[in-house]
This record gives sequence, C-alpha cells and structure tokens, in this order.
Amino acid sequence: MSLSQTEFSFVAQLVRREASIVLAPGKEYLVEARLIPVARAVGAANVNEFLADLQRRPDPANQRRVIDALTTNETSWFRDREPFAALSDVVLPELVKSRSTLRKVRVWSAASSSGQEAYSLAITMQEKLPPGWSYDIMGTDISTVMVKRAETAEYTQVEVNRGLPAAQLVQYFERAGAHWRITPGLRRNVSFRLMNLTTPLPAMQPFDVIFLRNVLIYFDVATKRTVLRNVAKLLRPDGWLFLGAAETTIGIDDSYERVAAGRTSAYRVRTGAPAGAVRKG
Amino acid sequence: MTPMRAMVIDDSRAMRMILKRIISKLNFEVVEAGDGQEALDLVKSMAEVPELALIDWNMPNMNGLEFVTHVRADPRLREMTLVMVTTESEQGQIVRALAAGAHEYVIKPFTEGAMIEKLALLGLVPTGADS
Repeated sequence: MSLSQTEFSFVAQLVRREASIVLAPGKEYLVEARLIPVARAVGAANVNEFLADLQRRPDPANQRRVIDALTTNETSWFRDREPFAALSDVVLPELVKSRSTLRKVRVWSAASSSGQEAYSLAITMQEKLPPGWSYDIMGTDISTVMVKRAETAEYTQVEVNRGLPAAQLVQYFERAGAHWRITPGLRRNVSFRLMNLTTPLPAMQPFDVIFLRNVLIYFDVATKRTVLRNVAKLLRPDGWLFLGAAETTIGIDDSYERVAAGRTSAYRVRTGAPAGAVRKG
Repeated sequence: MTPMRAMVIDDSRAMRMILKRIISKLNFEVVEAGDGQEALDLVKSMAEVPELALIDWNMPNMNGLEFVTHVRADPRLREMTLVMVTTESEQGQIVRALAAGAHEYVIKPFTEGAMIEKLALLGLVPTGADS
C-alpha cells in the first residue's frame, strides 16, 4: 500500500518542522520504506495505519521515531578520503605548530550518524598527532537512535568492510561476537550527544576542526545560513570547517572563505568577518 | 585507458563470476584460477604480471595464504597488489594475512561498493569512484 499525498505531506511537514529537512515530492517511496519498520515496531498493521494514528494523536515518542527513521543515512569509514587526507597533511601539521602550548585538538563531527566519521577522525588523530598530544572528538546527531548506536561503537561485518583499511580494523577494533567494537583506548576520546544544528546551539568549548559533511544538502538556503552561523560560533578563529563535496558556503554565508586543503577545499572564518558572525574562542 | 590486469582466485565459480563482474567494470582484464597452485602456475607463465589479485583463503591444493607467501617471495611478482576476499573473519587471521604480505582484506559477504572502496584505498580505482 503506497502513501497518499496527504500522508506524505503530513510526514514532510513533521520532518520540516522538527528537523528542518525538506522532503521533496517524489520521496514517497523512501518515506514509506523507512517507516515500515517503525510501524511494525509500534504494532500498527501498516504505515498508513501508523500515520493515521499519529495524525489523530500526535504522540511525541512516535513523532521522534519518524524523524529518526528519515534522518539517518548509511555511511562509511574515511568517507570520500580527501578531507581526511587534508586533515592529516595540511590541517594537523598547522595545528601542531599553533597549539604547541596547549597540545590538544578538538574536533566536531556534526551529524555523526552511526559514528563512522567520528571514529575515523579519532583514528586520524591517533596516528597523526605527535606523542604527548591529546584530542577530543565530539559527534552530534539529530537522531536519538543514531546517538545511541554510535555510543555502542559496534559495527557489523558489512559495515567494517566499507572503506576501512584492514590494518586499522585489526588495530582499532576488537571482536564482539559477530560484530566488531572500537577499542576502549579509542572510544574514550570520542563522545556523542543529541543536537539539532538548526536551533541555537548549547555553549561549548570551540573546535579546531569541524566536519559538517553532507548535512547542508538537506536544507533550504535560509536553514543552511542558520546552520553555518551557528557553527561559526563554535569554530576557533583559526579553525577549519569541512563540508561535503557538493556543499559550499559561497552565496550563503560570506563570513567564511574557501581555502585549498590538499586536494580538496575547506572553509575558514574570514579575517574581519561581520561582527557577531564569529565569537573568539 | 589501457586496462589493468587482475587475477580472481577462488574455488567457487559463482564467486569468481561475481568478482569478475565487479572489477571488469573498473577497467580490469580478468583471468581466473580455481586454487592457489593454479594461480601461481598461471602468473608465472604470464608475460606481464597482473596488477591485482583477489584471493580466497580456503581452497584445495594451495590456500590463499600460501599463495600470498609464494608471491611475496618472488621478486618478479613484487608489484602485485594482493587482496584477500574470504569468509575468514577472525582478527588473528586478518593479522596473519597482512603479515604474510596481503595489502588488503575483504570479508565475505561484501557489497560491490565495499569492494570498490577497498580498491580505491589501494589506488587501483580513481578517487571518487566509490561515491
């Protein structure tokens, strides 16, 4: 049974309101496919019945389940590789010079999904920072399910095949039954929390590096601007922002400038950016 | 673009077909072997050494790990990139394969995307082919 226009509009409005994600018409099949397990889990006969019930009684827990189901994406280790190469070859050598007193690097994986990006960042730090340095990786996601999932640090056999070099698999993971779990040594440097990037963000120590990759593509221009403004407040003045290959700040937020970083690009807060656009960390 | 050469070494004909189908799309010419000994004889008879070998672990006559060890001991075959593709998934086995000279390790079952990502890691597929 497929979704009616009314049902699709209801879901699209809910996801737009709660997660600022635009579901364009034509995504009916995706919405239905993602909601089938949710409907089953709550004991509804099918997605239509589940949505009809949710429209009648707007239960926050079930609304949350819908948002979780529609905001999670498959991901791989060291996704697209170039940003990680740029981090290793360009960004970290510079930070090692500029943070030589503090000897600590803070990195944010914004929209961390099931955690592969955050742990890939941790592996990079582990391998590229000089002895005596420490690092914090924070992963945030709008989905409670994904935050919990990332915290378990457990991955299936299929998931560890995705872009993870075998040498790093045996070094940074241990077997947990049929799954693989990140070693405690790596896990202790990584934390996860629930966060909606489109709302005012909580006060936090600013970050040296922010990975905000393949997030903006889901938003309209006004929301992209809000997210970029929120993120700029948490980026150190000499910090680095990495976006997805199909994303840019250009034409959306002029307080950033695009700079070359290895074979890819990163964004840095422009010197003399408009007051209020950045906050010194 | 000149095609590269790859060997697919597996005692399962079905698995050889699957691997051949995946890597043929990536501009590889593929030769097949049903076990390690057949693969070793074949590669030694070839005028040009294949750039890549995808190697099952458990096979009759000569297993994949023994094949890797033989290849690594032969200076003429030094440039071959060796990828284990196997159901063997214990950590110790992965360590053994890497220590013997395998460059990468793919655990069955795998997706086509996962295989391409592994080959991209090894520089055998252009960056971005996996995205």
